[in-house]
Amino acid sequence: MTVNGTAQQGDVEPRLLLVHYLRDVLGLTGTNVGCDTTSCGACTVLLDGASVKSCTVLAVQADGADVTTVEGLAGPDELHPVQEAFREHHGLQCGFCTPGMVMATVSLLAECPSPTEQDVREGLEGNLCRCTGYHNIVKAVLAAAGAEVPA
Amino acid sequence: MIPAPVDYVRADDADHAVALLAEYGEDAKLLAGGHSLIPLMKLRLASPSVLVDVGRLQDLSYVWDEGDHIAIGALTRHRDLETSDLLREQVPILAHAAALVGDPQVRHRGTLGGTLAHGDPASDLPAVVLALGGTLVARSRRGERTMAAAEFFHGFLETALAEDEMLTEVRVPKVPGAGWSFQKFNRRALDWAIVGVACVRNGTTGIGLVNMASTPVRATSAEEALARGGSIDEAAQVAADGTEPPADLNASSEYRKHLASVLVRRALVEADDRASHGGS
Repeated sequence: MTVNGTAQQGDVEPRLLLVHYLRDVLGLTGTNVGCDTTSCGACTVLLDGASVKSCTVLAVQADGADVTTVEGLAGPDELHPVQEAFREHHGLQCGFCTPGMVMATVSLLAECPSPTEQDVREGLEGNLCRCTGYHNIVKAVLAAAGAEVPA
Repeated sequence: MIPAPVDYVRADDADHAVALLAEYGEDAKLLAGGHSLIPLMKLRLASPSVLVDVGRLQDLSYVWDEGDHIAIGALTRHRDLETSDLLREQVPILAHAAALVGDPQVRHRGTLGGTLAHGDPASDLPAVVLALGGTLVARSRRGERTMAAAEFFHGFLETALAEDEMLTEVRVPKVPGAGWSFQKFNRRALDWAIVGVACVRNGTTGIGLVNMASTPVRATSAEEALARGGSIDEAAQVAADGTEPPADLNASSEYRKHLASVLVRRALVEADDRASHGGS
């Protein structure tokens, strides 16, 4: 598979989860394991451009696919626009859910480039923030989409 | 949580998949989107010895206009149902309900055939296919057969599929302009429905229930009350007749029966309202 633009090859056990492949084999620990039950979204990565929960995907299912993790977003000198918007609007508190929130946002904006606030809230329903910092997260997503940001 | 060791083989196409099923027999499980199977394997509630991966079979991912009905490949993902213009025009309840399954990440992986073959009474789309009076197509090396969705669900997570059979296609009637409603009652975003109701009114009325028995079921008593000319209130009163809803942390069995009544009433009212506006 290709991970963040780099081809990766190797033999893995069929039962190895994609999140463990990314974290333990490739050392890409930006993708967090939260609930481990397909609920919280902390492990969200892009699989061929679409958000998935990598705790519920086997690494072998991503064979040949294009995987993007949070480490793959920023350029050499600048943050990805979604990361920049999260920073600017303080769309994080403890930060644990943030990589998943950012990846889910990238996928959401690819499918819905000009979302309403409702679109954002529904589009991020698969990502939980235990700090309950949703207000600023939604502001950040709207800002990243170039929308007017509510006060 | 880590699944138990398992062998893995990837099918090249549908025929290869059924050949692999015939070869491995009861030890094999088909892996489609994996969003029902992988969680069960992580909890060690399912321990297949071989996974036959059909998740990327393009020959079973489609939404086709077949004249009087729409044919949907079993491996069509929820996201593709949600965004299908053909479904939005011809079977809007299915596109609408697909958009309410889980969350966007789940919908990027989960498939229509997977959710039907899993047979979970808490899933949304089996109730929709029941309400529509859909037909399911299964293939094995022995050949292909079709069966009514109403005959497909046999017991908790048990279906009419034999060990060597794979669900390949789902056929649903076109119902443009019909009244329809999908009611999903839950407490939090991304939760399963505590109770759900799918309703399609197109001359006759089909009503499917989520989480009201050990399988996805039709609200037969309510359907019969309406067929006899009964009112919405009369149908709603008998919505839970003949069901044996589960009791769990979210709701008692009695509360689910109450909810079924309330939601069937809402569904019928909304369906009639939609029908009066041309089904949109």
